[in-house]
Amino acid sequence: MEIPISYYLLLSGILFTIGVVGVLTRRNAIVVFMSIELMLNAVNLTLVAFSKQFNSLDGQIFVFFVMVVAAAEVAVGLALIVAIFRLKQTVSIDKINIMKW
Amino acid sequence: MSLFDVIFYLFAAFTLASAALMVVSKNIVHSAVGLLFSFFGVAGIYVLLAADFLAVVQVLVYVGGILILLLFGVMLTQRITSVDMRTGTLQLVPAILAVAGIFVILFRVIRTTSWNIVPEAEAQFIPTAEKIGYLLMTDFLIPFEIVSVLLLAALIGAAFIARKGT
Amino acid sequence: MLFNFATALVFLIFGGLFVLLNLGISRILQARNPHPVKISTYECGELPEGESWIQFNIRFYVVALVFLIFEVEIIFLFPWALVFKDLGLFAFVEMMIFVFILLVGLAYVWAKGDLDWDKPQSVPAPELSQSYEQKEVTETVDS
Repeated sequence: MEIPISYYLLLSGILFTIGVVGVLTRRNAIVVFMSIELMLNAVNLTLVAFSKQFNSLDGQIFVFFVMVVAAAEVAVGLALIVAIFRLKQTVSIDKINIMKW
Repeated sequence: MSLFDVIFYLFAAFTLASAALMVVSKNIVHSAVGLLFSFFGVAGIYVLLAADFLAVVQVLVYVGGILILLLFGVMLTQRITSVDMRTGTLQLVPAILAVAGIFVILFRVIRTTSWNIVPEAEAQFIPTAEKIGYLLMTDFLIPFEIVSVLLLAALIGAAFIARKGT
Repeated sequence: MLFNFATALVFLIFGGLFVLLNLGISRILQARNPHPVKISTYECGELPEGESWIQFNIRFYVVALVFLIFEVEIIFLFPWALVFKDLGLFAFVEMMIFVFILLVGLAYVWAKGDLDWDKPQSVPAPELSQSYEQKEVTETVDS
């Protein structure tokens, strides 16, 4: 148990950074989506680490709700991607630009 | 270095390597597999943080649910053999700069803050599911009920959007 | 608690090692001389049609969606079941409200016909035999 909390936070920070790399560099909407899930996971890890640090379960409950919201978000987001694919036959975020002015 | 530490470093390396595989892989199915292992690694870290119930929920919801749905999304939206997922080099440089900035800030904050503001509690590896149940039924009752409305909205909305010919 | 998870970890490690070991042994022992007929999908001579990565029917998505939503509901049932006896009627009513609200969603999906499976129309027999003959012809031309 000698691992200090900053190690967990550092792990979470690196995981979050990898997620940001994915969001910024990949052009496939589904991979961008996966990267967002990775970033959510990194934040969850931080919350659980603090929950252990303060010996309280509030952080874990929070992570619990974050997971539920992530499930709902994935459901709606993928439905949107599928609908856009049916309309434009592509999921490349460079080509989905009808909302751009 | 105790066995606990070794397991922590193994899980951390495993998680980060799978996450990196997910980001760099050109094949989207390989990306999904990398994400799967990354979720597993995070579940392992949860166990080390004495959050046993959350580790199980992580495997059930993320690996068993969200990842399956993502794979369905892959199957529904492309022919995997002819995917064009190349990274635009134009955006690579600003992306690297932004990411490096974010990482430096996070690293500085983590290193310079003194986290031991409370004396670290002795880790108690006792099952947490029952306590979470109590909290859900008492302190977090309203969020718990609102979650059902959120899930209902997500279900109806996603089914409506994905339906053909609407 | 940590010990129980250690059991799971040992199980995972040995499971992974078992798979790798078996694949490695077969890799070492197998004879490798690839031939176009041998590496084809069906060695019995049936020609595969198109790619194996095909686009799925959109209806699978709605089924997966319903699965995900109700799986999340199940996750809430576990901690509730552990404290149900102590909290009694109150917890029961709360959970019934929760389940009922989600059942509305199921009723909606059901009523809108997203769960109905329309079977693909079966291909008429003459057409089938014709395409089969055509394939035979192209095969002879190829070889």
